[in-house]
Amino acid sequence: MTTKDIVLDHVSIRFGSYTAVDNAHLTINGGEFFSFLGPSGCGKTTMLRCVSGFSEPTEGRVLIGGKDMKGVGPNKRPTALIFQNLALFPLMSVAENIAFPLEVRGVGKKDRRKKADELLDMIALPGVGDKKVHELSGGQRQRVAIARALAVEPDILLLDEPLSALDLKLRHHMRTELRTIQQRVGLTFIYITHDQGEALTMSDRIAVMNAGVIEQIGDPEAIYNRPKTAFVASFVGETNAIEGKVTAQTGELVVLDTPLGPLKGTAAGGRKYKPGDNCYIFIRPEQLELRDNPAGENAFTTQAVKAEFEGNARLLFLGANGVDLRLTRINTGERPADLAGTAVHVGFDPSKAFVLPHSALAGA
Amino acid sequence: MLALRTMFDAFKNKHGLGVACFIGFAVFFWALFLIALPQIAMLDYSFRFNLPRADIGGPSDVYTLENYAYFFRGNDGGFNALDVGILFKTLVAAVFVTIIDIMICYPIAYILAHSATGVAARLMVIGLIVPFWVNEILRAFAFRILFGATGMINGIGMEIGLWDTPIDFIRADIALYSGLTYAYILLMVFPIFNAVEALDRNQIEAARDMGASWWRVHWRVVLPIAKPGIASGATMVFMLTAGALAAPQILGGPSNLWFTQLIYQWFNESANWQRGSAYAVILLLVCIGFVTMMMRVFKVSIGEIGR
Ligand SMILES: Nc1ncnc2c1ncn2[C@@H]1O[C@H](COP(=O)(O)OP(=O)(O)OP(=O)(O)O)[C@@H](O)[C@H]1O
Ligand SMILES: [Mg+2]
Repeated sequence: MTTKDIVLDHVSIRFGSYTAVDNAHLTINGGEFFSFLGPSGCGKTTMLRCVSGFSEPTEGRVLIGGKDMKGVGPNKRPTALIFQNLALFPLMSVAENIAFPLEVRGVGKKDRRKKADELLDMIALPGVGDKKVHELSGGQRQRVAIARALAVEPDILLLDEPLSALDLKLRHHMRTELRTIQQRVGLTFIYITHDQGEALTMSDRIAVMNAGVIEQIGDPEAIYNRPKTAFVASFVGETNAIEGKVTAQTGELVVLDTPLGPLKGTAAGGRKYKPGDNCYIFIRPEQLELRDNPAGENAFTTQAVKAEFEGNARLLFLGANGVDLRLTRINTGERPADLAGTAVHVGFDPSKAFVLPHSALAGA
Repeated sequence: MLALRTMFDAFKNKHGLGVACFIGFAVFFWALFLIALPQIAMLDYSFRFNLPRADIGGPSDVYTLENYAYFFRGNDGGFNALDVGILFKTLVAAVFVTIIDIMICYPIAYILAHSATGVAARLMVIGLIVPFWVNEILRAFAFRILFGATGMINGIGMEIGLWDTPIDFIRADIALYSGLTYAYILLMVFPIFNAVEALDRNQIEAARDMGASWWRVHWRVVLPIAKPGIASGATMVFMLTAGALAAPQILGGPSNLWFTQLIYQWFNESANWQRGSAYAVILLLVCIGFVTMMMRVFKVSIGEIGR
């Protein structure tokens, strides 16, 4: 256990009768890049405010470096919070902003400026110290906010969707940048986002949240390839969900009766199902294959609705018997025959499809 | 002129020619007849002699600086210490009232904007507004009753043994200062509230997160945002306090004149409108000069106040 470890010990946070965070129980290791991923309103900010000390858990404890943080104010915790909207001070210069935490600690004017300039060098923005905040671009402001948070050398940096205000290109650039900064300073980063791409590319581990509940914790591979709940499967990455009833299970292999006929998938996490259980079978668009004929394992026939060209891939929208599916194919550089409006045969490998119990899907 | 034209055209396109003409005329009428002309008439008055009716327009009705000179020299040609002293005292008192108002209203505005929610906030706003339904004179008399020798404050103070002979709050001008401070509280609260409300709560929390004390959060984060609001509130309170008449008449101590009372005396008791006008112009110029100077000192521009 290092000073940078964080333990959430059965933390629940309620506003009146509304439960914003429900029994969160997890350990974040020192030096880890840990993300909370979830849709808007699922309680991510609430959780972060609780770690930073702006609110106290209704139940449970928050421990930082093994110490119970109950009653310890935000200014006394070894955390620095970067707000969803950055919260830079508009009337101060960039250098004053960065040096504000030092000013608070009574560091002299000269030393403050020196440290601010050092930090500006670190975030690759030398010489902007005398500018006003509004004179910077969104990405530059972003970096200034990070520099300000790092000025007092916290053990833990808390970031609340800091990239959401940036345009796509900059967002992608800042992902790499954030990761680099994190590895350079070796701090624990707790990163909040509703963007699964961000979470997957940057994080060591991810906690997927839905409506206040942490549904799954794991590294990006596990979250993407082995989702444990229907919500995680549908929220992280593109996927197709086919509803059905279990008819049989042999080992990991589950057979479902679906509107598209009997289909086979793998029981995720070694679950056991009884015949008649309501389940989803999830299959990623890139795992669906076009077949020449309806024979063969796990094949069915459906209708191609329309095709879309996405540059690196081609997207085919399929629909029959009330089940809409998406199928992607890598762009090989050749234009395939236009399938829209025709019947197509589709199949997939049962080991690439996972069967999960019926429950709420993301965005449903 | 060009700006006016484009404004008129924009208005015409949006609301039609009829409405635009009406608004244009109404604004013109308002600006000319209700603002400019009376002031110009006053200014004109202030440069004339106080002549009997028959001589007005006659050969002796010429422009003069006599009314202004009187303010400085008085009757005997020496320094008019009395009148200049009263102006000075009025200004100092107005500054004092303004400062007290800032000190009272800044916390109120801040709490209203950032801490009070729901019922508490609404009660606060109502508490601020309702007393102003009572008119100025009545309010002044209420203060007189409150602060009088047999008033509530003396009653309570003596009852619990804080002092044993009634304190003359009126003579000490405490009643006056309290009345004036109270009278313009709203004018101070709302501009500050407006400015502070724009402050993002996260900035306060960010400063707290970085370990800033409450004092520093206000000094470095909230106050700079509130500054234009304070400036515009202070300007209004200062101007209105310096120009107040009813409160000093009713609550002022017998030996202490407010400069407006002096003006009033010239107009009313001495029937010397010319000299009264000159005194009014002097008050206006001095106040404007003082406010401009203060804005320089505190580095506030007039544009910021307008926001
Ligand atoms: N102070 C509060 N009082 C009452 N309810 C609150 C309060 N703060 C948050 N909530 C509620 O808690 C839930 C979670 O809010 P939170 O801000 O944590 O969401 P979030 O996951 O950060 O969402 P976003 O991605 O939109 O920022 C929301 O439904 C919100 O309405
Ligand atoms: Mg949030």
